[in-house]
Amino acid sequence: MRAGETRWAYVFLIPWIVGLVVFQAGPMIASAALSFTDYDLIGAPEFVGVKNYAMMAADPKVARAVGNTLLYTVVHVPLSCLLALGLALLLNKVTGRAAGVFRTIFYLPSMTPYVAVGVLFLFLLNGQAGLLNEVLAVFGVDGPQWTTDPDWMLPGIVIMSLWNLGASTIVLFAALRNVPRELTEAAMIDGASSRQRFRNVTLPLISAALFFVVVVDTIAALQMFDQVYTMYFGTAQAQQTSGDAALFYVVYLFQQGFQFLNMGYASALAWLLFAVIAVITFIQVRVGNRLVHYEDAAS
Amino acid sequence: MTTDRPTRRLFLMILLAGASAIFLYPFVWLVFASLRPRDRTFAGQWPIPFRPQSYLEVWEAAPMLTWLINSVVVGVAAALAVTVSSAFVAFGFAYFRFPGRNLMFASVLGTMMLPAAVTLVPTYLIWNSVGLTGTQVPLWAGNLFGSAFYIFLLRQFMLGLPRYVFEAARVDGASYLGLFWRIAVPLSRPALIIAFIFELKASWFDLMKPLIYLQNTELFTLPRGLKAVVDRFYQGGDPKWEIVLAASVVTTLPLIVIFFLGQRYFLQGIATTGRR
Repeated sequence: MRAGETRWAYVFLIPWIVGLVVFQAGPMIASAALSFTDYDLIGAPEFVGVKNYAMMAADPKVARAVGNTLLYTVVHVPLSCLLALGLALLLNKVTGRAAGVFRTIFYLPSMTPYVAVGVLFLFLLNGQAGLLNEVLAVFGVDGPQWTTDPDWMLPGIVIMSLWNLGASTIVLFAALRNVPRELTEAAMIDGASSRQRFRNVTLPLISAALFFVVVVDTIAALQMFDQVYTMYFGTAQAQQTSGDAALFYVVYLFQQGFQFLNMGYASALAWLLFAVIAVITFIQVRVGNRLVHYEDAAS
Repeated sequence: MTTDRPTRRLFLMILLAGASAIFLYPFVWLVFASLRPRDRTFAGQWPIPFRPQSYLEVWEAAPMLTWLINSVVVGVAAALAVTVSSAFVAFGFAYFRFPGRNLMFASVLGTMMLPAAVTLVPTYLIWNSVGLTGTQVPLWAGNLFGSAFYIFLLRQFMLGLPRYVFEAARVDGASYLGLFWRIAVPLSRPALIIAFIFELKASWFDLMKPLIYLQNTELFTLPRGLKAVVDRFYQGGDPKWEIVLAASVVTTLPLIVIFFLGQRYFLQGIATTGRR
C-alpha cells in the first residue's frame, strides 16, 4: 500500500517533472550555453567564448535600454505603490457596497489588454490634441509632445503605467481590511493621532503586503514590453520617430533574438536580465526583512 | 470628531469619485472617439456627429472576426490545459507524502522566479525543432505541464479540504485517480475557476508569443491583430484612426464582460495571490 501510494504520487507529478525538464531546466541550460555562441537559426551554433558578453558591455543600445528600464522602474514603482496605498486607504474609510463599487472601478483598467492600453495612450498622450494636454491647458500648462519628443516619452510611459494600479490597490485594501479594529481603536483611546495610528499600528500590519506589492511590481516593471512595443516599435516609421528613447530592455532582447536572429546574443541579454532581477529582488528581500513586520515573529 | 463625520464622509466620497473618474474616463474617451468621424477624433467630448459605421467597417478593414475566434480558441485551450494539469500536479503535492516532496515543491516555487525572457530563445528552438512554429500550438501547449503559480494556488486550496472525505472514499474502494477527479476537482471549484479565468486573461493579453510564433495573419490572436491594425492604420501611411479605436474596443470588450461575470473570482484571486 505505501509503495503503491508513492508510485501514484509520482504519477501525479509527471506533468510537472516533464515540464520542468523540457520547458524550464532544459531551456535554462540551453540558454546559458547559447549565450557563449553565435547562432542565427540557419547554421549550427558556433562557440565564441565570452564575445557576446563583451559586446553587451560595449553596445550603446544595451546601455540605453538598461538606463531607460531602470529609470522607468525607479520612477514607476514608488509612484504606483504610493498611489495604490492611497487609494486602498480611501477605500478602507468607506464602508459597505460603495467600497466594492470603487474597487471594481479601480481594477477595470487592468482588464484592458496591454496592446489596447498602448493604443489608447497613443491618443490620450498625443501632443497636439490629446486628452492629457487638453487637461493641462485648462491649468494654463502647455503640455509637451509626449509621444514624439524623446525627452518626454519615458514620462508619458510612466503616466500610462499609473492607469493600471487596480491589482496593487486590491491587495493593499485586503491587507487593510485584516488590520484588527481593536488595535486601532485601542491606540485611539490611548490618544494616538491619526498619523501616529497609521505609522505605528496600520503600517506595520500591512507592511508584508506592501513589500509584496513592491517586489512584484518591480519584477514586472523590469520586464515591460507590450505597451511600449505597441506604441513605439514594430514598423519602420514608429521606430524612426521614437529612436531609442523608448527602448526597454525586453524590447531590445526581442529585437535581437527574433528580428535580427542573433539568438546567442539574445540569450546573453536574457542572462543579464535574470542577474539584474535576482540581485534587485535579493536586495529588496534583505531590506524588507528588516522593515517588514511579520505577525508570527512578533508573538 | 463625531460632529464632522458626515462632512468627512462627503469629502471622502468626492475624492473617490474623482479617482474613479480618472480611471474610467479613458474608457469613455475611447468609446466616444470610436463613434466620431475621423476628422473629429480629437474634437469635443460627445460622439457628435454620431458615426457608428466604424464598427461595421472594422470587420472589413481587418480579419477581426477570425482573430476574435482565434483568441477564444487559444484562450480556452490555454486556460483549460493549465487548469487541469496544475490541478493534477497540485493534488499530487497536497494528498501524498513521498520522498523528495519538499525538494520537488521547492522546484515549483523556484520556477516562479525565473523570468520568461531567460527561456524565450530555447523554447522557440524546441517548437522550431518539432516544426510547430508558425502554428498556434506554442501559444497554449506549454500549459499542458502545469504552471508553478497555479500549482501553488491549487495545492494551498486542496490542503484545506477535509482529509476524512478522501479516506472515506478510499475505504469505499475509490482509486487515486477517482479521488482526484471525483472529489478533489469538484471540491476545488472556486480555485479552479480562479486559475481558469486568470489564464484566459493572460492569454487574451499576450502579445509576445504571437509576435514570435505567428507570421500568417489568419492565425493571429486579437492583441497581435490589433498591433497589426495599429501598424497599418495609425503609424502607417494610411491613417484610419476610427478603425484603430473600434478595433481596440472589440479587443477589450470581451474581457470586460468576462470580468463582470466572474468578478467575485477575480477579486478573490487577486486578494489571495496578488496576481494582476
